[in-house]
Amino acid sequence: MAVVRDDVMPVRSSDDIVRVRQEVRARAIEIGLSLVDQTKIVTAASELARNTLDYGGGGTARLEIVHEGMRRGLRLTFEDEGPGIPDIALALKDGWTSGKGLGLGLSGARRLSNEFTLDSRPGEGTRVTIVRWS
Amino acid sequence: MAATADWNGVIARRRDEIIQGWLNFLRAEGALQTGRIKDAELQSECGRVLALVAPDLAHAGDRSPASDELSQTLSALSRSRALQGFTPSETANFVLGLKPALFGAVAAEYAGQGDLIAAATLDATRKLDRLALITIEAYQRSREEVIIRQQREISELSTPVVKLWDGILALPLIGTLDSERTQVVMENLLQSIVDTSAEIAIIDITGVPTVDTLVAQHLLKTVAAARLMGADCVVSGIRPQIAQTMVHLGVELNVVSKASLADALALALQRIGKRVTDVPQALAAPDYSR
Repeated sequence: MAVVRDDVMPVRSSDDIVRVRQEVRARAIEIGLSLVDQTKIVTAASELARNTLDYGGGGTARLEIVHEGMRRGLRLTFEDEGPGIPDIALALKDGWTSGKGLGLGLSGARRLSNEFTLDSRPGEGTRVTIVRWS
Repeated sequence: MAATADWNGVIARRRDEIIQGWLNFLRAEGALQTGRIKDAELQSECGRVLALVAPDLAHAGDRSPASDELSQTLSALSRSRALQGFTPSETANFVLGLKPALFGAVAAEYAGQGDLIAAATLDATRKLDRLALITIEAYQRSREEVIIRQQREISELSTPVVKLWDGILALPLIGTLDSERTQVVMENLLQSIVDTSAEIAIIDITGVPTVDTLVAQHLLKTVAAARLMGADCVVSGIRPQIAQTMVHLGVELNVVSKASLADALALALQRIGKRVTDVPQALAAPDYSR
């Protein structure tokens, strides 16, 4: 898998979430995602960026355009050094939240992307990577 | 103690020369090219600032009695620069442009006394850099004030509640629904429901680019609050791509929804017992030509 473009953006405030959404949309258009797929990846990015801010205490968002054979994709990595997720299976359950949200952000982001990986160690931080292929 | 430069004396004796050098630098940097400031204006600003810089330079410590007035003058100057549309570099260059002229004057005054010139130059550099930072900070502050004012204007402008019919309100949402604005939206809608004793409120989200779980949660809360006040909500303007995304997210809006504002209005009219019907052709467009 070849990385064509690679940008790292801070996620420190709710304004940063808006910026991440805008950048993700621009990249999604750049690699030719359909309108529905654009909306899906932007929404997933919005959920994950907000998790990074609200639960991880802020972190970074990495936006990469990747090529694999003929297909192009957008890979997003959200990283924080927050408290981590003690029970990943529980966190991925629909409707479960440790905060005040709807409890659908993380599980929804998984359904909205083609690939989803979640690494988290309690006390060290969380990293979520999603890919949407065109 | 080593001998120090007599800044007051140097500046008093070579005032015109310094101002000329300063102005030449600013002109060469293109300060006048954009036409936002006149030559005479620039000249009087230079004179005013130089008169305040002299006692500050002559003072041994970091803060002289003239420091406060000097930083106030510079702050006011960069505020007006920021509002006139100057770039940060152009604003900082105004103060930094004094350096070459000042160094030239010191070199001419103390010709042959290398140590003294070096010490004076170092001292002046430190102080002028600090002044340049003051101008940048003031510039930044006034820009931020503009942004904050615009944010307030946006949050007020973009949340109008409109009356479509007796008892029917519409709330066309536009843009990002961050929590602060949503608060304003909720208050506006609930207040309008009271004011107009509306039975139905249509929330149109055609202009909302991304509907994620937070936006959905805000919508649900607004709907629940309106319901408690006796008004039903209809959500309209859910575009196909948003609908598909919401299904994947797993968000269920337990509220009546319609594809377009027109459909929602038709439903609302039906609910309050009104009907829109076609009018016979002759009545719709009377022919006055005969």
